[in-house]
Amino acid sequence: MLVYLIRRIGQSIMVVAVMATLVFLAVFAVGDPVAILASPDADQRELEAITTRLGLDRPIYEQFGIFVWNALQGDLGRSFVYAQPAVDVILQRFPATMELALAALILSILLGVPLGVIAGLKPESLLGRSIMTTSIFGFSLPNFWLGLMLILLFAVQLRWLPASGRGETVEVFGVHLSLFTWDGLRHLFLPALTLSLYKASLVIRIAQAGTREVMLQDYVRFARAKGLSYNRIVFVHVLKNMMIPVVTVLGLELGSMIAFAVVTETVFAYPGMGKLLIDSINRLDRPVIVAYLMLTVVIFVIINLVVDLLYAAIDPRVRLTESKG
Amino acid sequence: MSKAVLDVKDLSVSFRTREGLVTAVNSISFSVGAGEVLGLVGESGSGKSVTGLAVLGLIDPPGEIDPRSSIKINERELIGLPEEKLRRVRGKDVAMIFQDPMTTLNPVLRIDTQMIEAIRAHEKISEKAARERARQALEKVGIPSADERLKAYPGQFSGGMRQRVAIATALLNRPTVLVADEPTTALDVTIQAQILSEVQQLCSETGTALVWITHDLSVVAGLADRVAVMYAGRIVEEGPVSAVLEAPIHPYAAGLIGSVPSRNKRGVPLAQIRGMTPSLTNLPPGCPFAPRCDYATDICRSTMPEPTPYEGGRAARCHHPLSAPTPAAA
Repeated sequence: MLVYLIRRIGQSIMVVAVMATLVFLAVFAVGDPVAILASPDADQRELEAITTRLGLDRPIYEQFGIFVWNALQGDLGRSFVYAQPAVDVILQRFPATMELALAALILSILLGVPLGVIAGLKPESLLGRSIMTTSIFGFSLPNFWLGLMLILLFAVQLRWLPASGRGETVEVFGVHLSLFTWDGLRHLFLPALTLSLYKASLVIRIAQAGTREVMLQDYVRFARAKGLSYNRIVFVHVLKNMMIPVVTVLGLELGSMIAFAVVTETVFAYPGMGKLLIDSINRLDRPVIVAYLMLTVVIFVIINLVVDLLYAAIDPRVRLTESKG
Repeated sequence: MSKAVLDVKDLSVSFRTREGLVTAVNSISFSVGAGEVLGLVGESGSGKSVTGLAVLGLIDPPGEIDPRSSIKINERELIGLPEEKLRRVRGKDVAMIFQDPMTTLNPVLRIDTQMIEAIRAHEKISEKAARERARQALEKVGIPSADERLKAYPGQFSGGMRQRVAIATALLNRPTVLVADEPTTALDVTIQAQILSEVQQLCSETGTALVWITHDLSVVAGLADRVAVMYAGRIVEEGPVSAVLEAPIHPYAAGLIGSVPSRNKRGVPLAQIRGMTPSLTNLPPGCPFAPRCDYATDICRSTMPEPTPYEGGRAARCHHPLSAPTPAAA
């Protein structure tokens, strides 16, 4: 297990290094931030002053060298716009996005797993078919449209829930959280639902396929031959095997929910990292974009690592092969 | 023969398929007494596994047991029992072990979980007492350091060991009947022999009636008291093992016996039954074996032979019985 862990961490570091290079070069190729930052009537001397202050007059390899050296020390540069360390700017928005992603993750598990298992146990029934058909809508409807429709229904027509913003927050260990206030939860519900419907549909389909497959296995027949109750077979024998692919996919999807909640956050004017990214791209705030992408890479890498470890926890076969190797 | 603990009468199982209704098992009858071993022999697709599953009530749609069938265990009728009552019979009165030991145990659950749940599904007993019984059961099937092995996962066992665990699990509740569906086919020959003798011993100790499903006549020869030969969903010949093996009545039984490789027939090409098992969707009107049979005549191709009893507790379905034993007095 330890060898496995060390090897996996080594691979993760490689991925981060390669991504850092790619991200830096890609962002460097996009637009001229000075033109956007400086006032329109600034003269040549002022423009040059800004360029020098931001370090944009140096050759690209030197800029890259400085970037890497600083990054190794945990400094991903200062935002051109906010004049604060880019990481700080992002991290201020991080709890909001994290809350949104986690809420969406929980919703998609709560919706997806039971519906998928029901559809998998009775694939030919009307209920099973309806679930599968509905799930197609879940991942073919565009996210922003779904968000707008939910706002229209719950916020405009029914007036049950607020349409935008994050609501009241409380400070827990210096982090602003809205999960613990009623107002915060009310604000969180619609964006989280919007974000979760796609994932829930995905989970439904994976859970359905997994359940159908597992139900045909010999060990399920043997479990029935032992005289176990239907519930015991479904909740212990089937669920544990069926969750293996669901955990894999949800792990990856959690990363994408954190990193790319961009559309949902924009529709609901939710002050998270996604909205910050859009704003930064509009203003060519390179350090924030780079820092954001780097954080995303790190988050993905960490989630993948955790999924692999979780895998080993659920599935003894993974542990066994690794301890032999 | 001692009193029958498993009594099957006119069991038919059919499956609804796109090509129509397929009758995989066609009104077969047999019975097994306490401590007795019945070998159920046949080629792939002869309906022997379906028969085994039917005894446990494990036929799933699109399969269906004909409601006129009768399966009695200890005189209790199982056909028509509601699912919850059937569940209490399964694993308690009748248990089953399967062909492939690599897939019969759930890979993500520990052995103790899988054994203890089998006990507690039928008895209100403490976790500790159940664990103790599971441990003893493992020791009985020859698994060393059972205490430790209980905490292992199936992936840590070899095929033979897994089949031993499955057997121990099936016998946990001292079932009246054990149905064994080719449990040694997937194992090495040496392990096969060990498992055979262990199951035989365990069943005779507890008086468990054993139905051993196999395609391997040599296994049946050493193990079973009686043998029933199945062909295309019907029992074509039934009787005491020694009598059937020495002087088969049905040409199909004779063909099966003739195709077992033997040391005494060195250098001679192996005998085989020509042709293939017929498709169950398209059975000939008469005897289903007629197209492959050397003795077939017109009556075989037009009329299905009825089961005929012969002396010595034997029976066969054939118009032209070989070795012509005396028909039993009607």
